[in-house]
Amino acid sequence: MNVFTRLNGEIMVLAQQNIDTDQIIPARFLTTTSFEGLGDHLFADWRRDASGQEKPECVLNQPRARHSPILVAGRNFGCGSSREHAPHALLDFGFRVVISSEIADIFSNNCQNVGLLPIVLPEDQHRHLMGLDGQEITVDLVTRSIFVCGSHDNDVRFEFEIDGFARRCLLQGMDRLDFLLAEEKAIKAHECVLEART
Amino acid sequence: MPQPKTLYDRLWDAHLVRAESGDTPAVMYIDLHLVHEVTSPQGFDMLRKRKLAVRRPDRTVATMDHSTPTLPADENGRLPYATDQAEKQVEYLRENCAEFGIKLHDFDSGNRGIVHVIGPELGATQPGMTIVCGDSHTSTHGAFGALAFGIGSTEVAYVLATQCVLQRKAKNMRITVNGELPKGSSAKDLALHIINRLGVNGGTGHVIEYSGSAIRALDMESRMTLCNMAIEAGTRAGMVAPDNITIEYLRGREMAPKGDDFEAKARQWLALVSDESAVFDQEIEIDASNVLPTITYGTNPGMSIPIQGIVPESMSATAKRALDYMAIDVGKSLSGRRVDVVFIGSCTNGRISDLRVAAEILRNRRVADNVRMLVVPGSEAVRKQAETEGLHEIFLKAGAEWRLPGCSMCIAMNGDIVAPGKTAVSTSNRNFEGRQGAGARTMLASPATAAACAVAGVVTDPRSFGVSREVA
Repeated sequence: MNVFTRLNGEIMVLAQQNIDTDQIIPARFLTTTSFEGLGDHLFADWRRDASGQEKPECVLNQPRARHSPILVAGRNFGCGSSREHAPHALLDFGFRVVISSEIADIFSNNCQNVGLLPIVLPEDQHRHLMGLDGQEITVDLVTRSIFVCGSHDNDVRFEFEIDGFARRCLLQGMDRLDFLLAEEKAIKAHECVLEART
Repeated sequence: MPQPKTLYDRLWDAHLVRAESGDTPAVMYIDLHLVHEVTSPQGFDMLRKRKLAVRRPDRTVATMDHSTPTLPADENGRLPYATDQAEKQVEYLRENCAEFGIKLHDFDSGNRGIVHVIGPELGATQPGMTIVCGDSHTSTHGAFGALAFGIGSTEVAYVLATQCVLQRKAKNMRITVNGELPKGSSAKDLALHIINRLGVNGGTGHVIEYSGSAIRALDMESRMTLCNMAIEAGTRAGMVAPDNITIEYLRGREMAPKGDDFEAKARQWLALVSDESAVFDQEIEIDASNVLPTITYGTNPGMSIPIQGIVPESMSATAKRALDYMAIDVGKSLSGRRVDVVFIGSCTNGRISDLRVAAEILRNRRVADNVRMLVVPGSEAVRKQAETEGLHEIFLKAGAEWRLPGCSMCIAMNGDIVAPGKTAVSTSNRNFEGRQGAGARTMLASPATAAACAVAGVVTDPRSFGVSREVA
């Protein structure tokens, strides 16, 4: 899994609320049997018209999109389908962090499992970042902080909350499957009780 | 005195392999793992790469439903897959199931279908279980008093290898629905009503228990419809405590216990309730008599109104974008809006009771000339039952298409799509932009409403068709 410690990079803002995983990657791209190359299909119907031509007005088609590793999205990002293709498409496109004031449960789990850092901020901090489209910020998982370098001595620093285990997995690149496999004895014990009951 | 527990607390405690701590999430045992072709290939690959076996093939049930055609095979027995890749994906599921020893409910099994339709039909879904699938509509199985939720493909690999997932405990929410649903209203209308009330993120971080006299009065298929859409409010899971309706549904099903074992199990199942003094983090009460036939007008399932209601004004940019996408004006009713496609099916409303309701409206009537209507049974068992009852003849005579089971136009992965700019009234669960095809406009509704719209060719109140019985 990807290791994440600290990242400097530009913000890309998608202000819309309730961006669902069908937007992030439409279902017609899910007949694949791998997770390779899904970045091409990221927000496919936002980025391209019916003939497959890129829409120049879509911010995701601007050159900066591919080198903005931090996505700041409107409330309730990643709702809907459980498709893990969504965080893979975001990662493959170049995003490493998604920030919102609310992130859907299954999507958030999926992000953590594939090494994309999901950050939920209180409304006011989220609103502040939504106004900084294109600005460079620092996301530091070690100190759990977001740092915005201001123009005249008005730097802003937010601390964010993240589940301790999720943080440890990302910092150390720890594999959750290894963690679960190490529970073999306890799993076996649970199964013994279970079979005895039936 | 022991701490009073909710149903969710009970199921949570009973499945802990290791309790959660500040440092680590809980390790939760999974009783039943449902597998389909779209979200499992990468999971199987992870096992192969790490040389791991499937820990409990006996607790794993597989079928193909998303990428499968709903049109029959040609004279050479070849199914009309939308793309080679779709066919390869289905073939890969066959290979994976064969290699890892998992029972696959394939085309020739006689019981293939949408995974959330066949789990209950087979009796694989049982009260008290933890159930996962790489599919958000796994919440459907909560209708049986099971803790059922969707997972990603990496978690599919975890469950295949260890039969466990990592979870943090969610909060408890209870939605109590008392009173009687009015004539013409169904579990689908109730589901849409609840999502509208909660908002599409109102349930985030919670598990919902549905209770109250109106819930007790619902049959199992209606409870499945309700729990199916729990995810559309952002909830981790939705559930209904088991009762005699649950027990009688399960009696005699293929994978349910038999004889005395069943009676013993049934007694345990009936004990799966929330304690009277249990405390919920959030409580919501709904009067069923206020739940009118409901239809969505926007691009998420929370944007709905009673079918004769007025599309509300909203200042938000998100709502404006939705109305623009749908080409809908605020301050007007949807009644009379032209409908191009009607879809009856999906894990939400593709069961026999749904088809009966639609057939009753279509009997001796015709689908309007401007409407293409697709009726897609949720499973082979539903298809056979419908054909035994002659429902397929009613649909065909009315001018609808009668298809083979699958997810079909709900997710539009198999070639069953709504063309750009066209409006579909659909019994499925999501009206997201492009969900039924790029540029397609989806309005979610009950089977009764969808069938009424098909006949009228425009958005129509099903009550104008004199719905004579309780509809599912």
